[in-house]
Amino acid sequence: MPKTIKGHAAPLPLANVDTDVIMPKRFLITITREGLADGTFADLRFDDAGAPRPDFILNQTPWNKATILIVGDNFGCGSSREHAVWGMAQLGFTAAIGTGFAGIFYDNARKNGLALPIVTPEVRDQLMTLAADPDGGEFCINIETRTITASNITVPFQIDGATQNALIRGGDDTLDTLEYAETIRAFEAGLTDKMRVRVIK
Amino acid sequence: MSRTLYDKLVDAHKVCDLPDGDMLIYVDFHIMNEYTSPQAFSGLDQKGLNVWRPEAHLAVIDHVNATRQRDPHDDASKLLIENLEANCSKHGIAFYGLGDQRQGIEHVVVPEQGLVVPGMLIACGDSHTTTYGAYGALGFGIGTSEVEHVLATQTLRYKRLKTMQVVVDGDLGPGVTAKDIIMKVVQVVGAGGANGYAVEFAGSAIKTQGMAGRMTICNMAVELGARAALMDADDAAYRMAAGRAHSDLLHFDTEEWSADPGAKYDKVFHIDAAQIAPLISWGTSPDQSVPIDGTVPVVTRDMTPKARAALDRALTYMGLVAGQSVQDIPIDSAFIGSCTNSRIEDLRAAASVLKGRKVAEGVNAIVVPGSTFTRMQAEAEGLDQVFREAGFDWRPESGCSMCLAMNDDIAMDGERLASSTNRNFEGRQGRGARTHLMSPAMVAAAAISGHLADVRTFRTEEG
Ligand code: SF4
Repeated sequence: MPKTIKGHAAPLPLANVDTDVIMPKRFLITITREGLADGTFADLRFDDAGAPRPDFILNQTPWNKATILIVGDNFGCGSSREHAVWGMAQLGFTAAIGTGFAGIFYDNARKNGLALPIVTPEVRDQLMTLAADPDGGEFCINIETRTITASNITVPFQIDGATQNALIRGGDDTLDTLEYAETIRAFEAGLTDKMRVRVIK
Repeated sequence: MSRTLYDKLVDAHKVCDLPDGDMLIYVDFHIMNEYTSPQAFSGLDQKGLNVWRPEAHLAVIDHVNATRQRDPHDDASKLLIENLEANCSKHGIAFYGLGDQRQGIEHVVVPEQGLVVPGMLIACGDSHTTTYGAYGALGFGIGTSEVEHVLATQTLRYKRLKTMQVVVDGDLGPGVTAKDIIMKVVQVVGAGGANGYAVEFAGSAIKTQGMAGRMTICNMAVELGARAALMDADDAAYRMAAGRAHSDLLHFDTEEWSADPGAKYDKVFHIDAAQIAPLISWGTSPDQSVPIDGTVPVVTRDMTPKARAALDRALTYMGLVAGQSVQDIPIDSAFIGSCTNSRIEDLRAAASVLKGRKVAEGVNAIVVPGSTFTRMQAEAEGLDQVFREAGFDWRPESGCSMCLAMNDDIAMDGERLASSTNRNFEGRQGRGARTHLMSPAMVAAAAISGHLADVRTFRTEEG
């Protein structure tokens, strides 16, 4: 099954957008995964009184219907909070295209089906320009062929095999890994007693 | 073949290769906090799964708890704290909660309790898990889905990282600390410059650091984007690991936990320790720092429009003027705490500057020891008296507190802080709060001066 992600894209050119910006901490006081859409980019989207900031791109037409972000370098840096990815997905984002992502954020995205195609700085700038055009039209990310089509261009992106596979196949890593239970037990059998941590309660 | 320390640790923990190119690695020890674990436990419940090896996990309360008093300051934090305790008791997991002498910031607690020894692999739902690299142990942060994965399988799906070596050689100048070393490294490599890499630190300026300093360096390596930070385990690491609650129970010495001579790295950086000055961050990313006797950067001709825009944005947020001398920047608050700099060594360093001096009029100064055990040790040494007499608010409970402001210690809009923490992101210590990162001694110097100040001049005055 070719897996493609289609949608309108919005430019978010800031570099080093950290997970505190993506999901401010006041939304983290929760024991569920739900209800995080409003918190996503909250301080960029809303002013102190809770009114939408008209100058923020995601509050403007047509970008308010964007489902793909074109982002600056080192997006997702900072804390490990998966809430950042949950919130982006709940706000309707299916992909963010950038030149590089922080490692934990990248892995969190994979677990939640948020695609993070990695492109060169030149390609990112090109896509950023297209996304900034209100008549730019839809972007199409083809996970299988590792290409992005926007307007009249088609450009390649990078993704590692395992992440590509996980995005196409879906599935549940925890359950899949339990298929290897015997192998894990065999590994454990090779550990000496002092290599088995037993935390004092 | 010569191997890096990183490769040795990955090889030793590899369970098997997976068909899609990942591998399964074995997690010796896993740490949880109250805010990134609840959804992992509910995931287990939904899937009807058990914890694979409950005794290999530890849960600690640190992120949301109040530090002025023991009782939760609101219902939401109370819920998170009770939820973790209930999950741990249901699954038979060790829980160091409020009132337990072993409680505190997870990355301070773990070494203190002897739970890290060279050769271990440690995962935790927190990005600063890189701290354990100071012991020659592979520690890294994971997200909540991976917390669930470790709980259920004691393993993680893993992809080998590229390797970077950062060599810091030479003698440090007076007043220059481990915090300045790592802030310098972040400045040189760049925030995100080590995305996709494991970083190994080497060089004489690293080896001469004590364990606390090494932890400060490995801790903040995540601000480079490093997913792992490592240092060779030497005698100091083994000595420090010995004699603590868990240390007699643990021993991973199946090989030498140090890089082989001649090991090859994908990238290498060299930094001259003698060139490092005490640094302060001026901007909103940890790589935006300047020497304390320097000035706030100005736009230069070779800057790209993007770089100019970034500089402008940071200056506006921070309320600074390009070119101004950083020592003229007045502060509202001083904060000493966090997993980067709240160990006993850090408290001693700050106290040595504060002794016999007073916090400047109008400066709100707070110190939150990294763990309950550290607090008691500091009180036994009389450090609390030094802080109190200087005018610091000595907190009776430990936790992350104003490092991320998830409890009731929240800086106000526009409030400017000298802070011994690790992140100066927009909004990190409170919406609109302006954070300047620096060493604990420099925070003390700023608190006394009422503005950012050069700790080296204090030393001279002291004689
Ligand atoms: S002290 Fe700060 S950086 Fe460290 S674990 Fe707590 S919140 Fe995270």
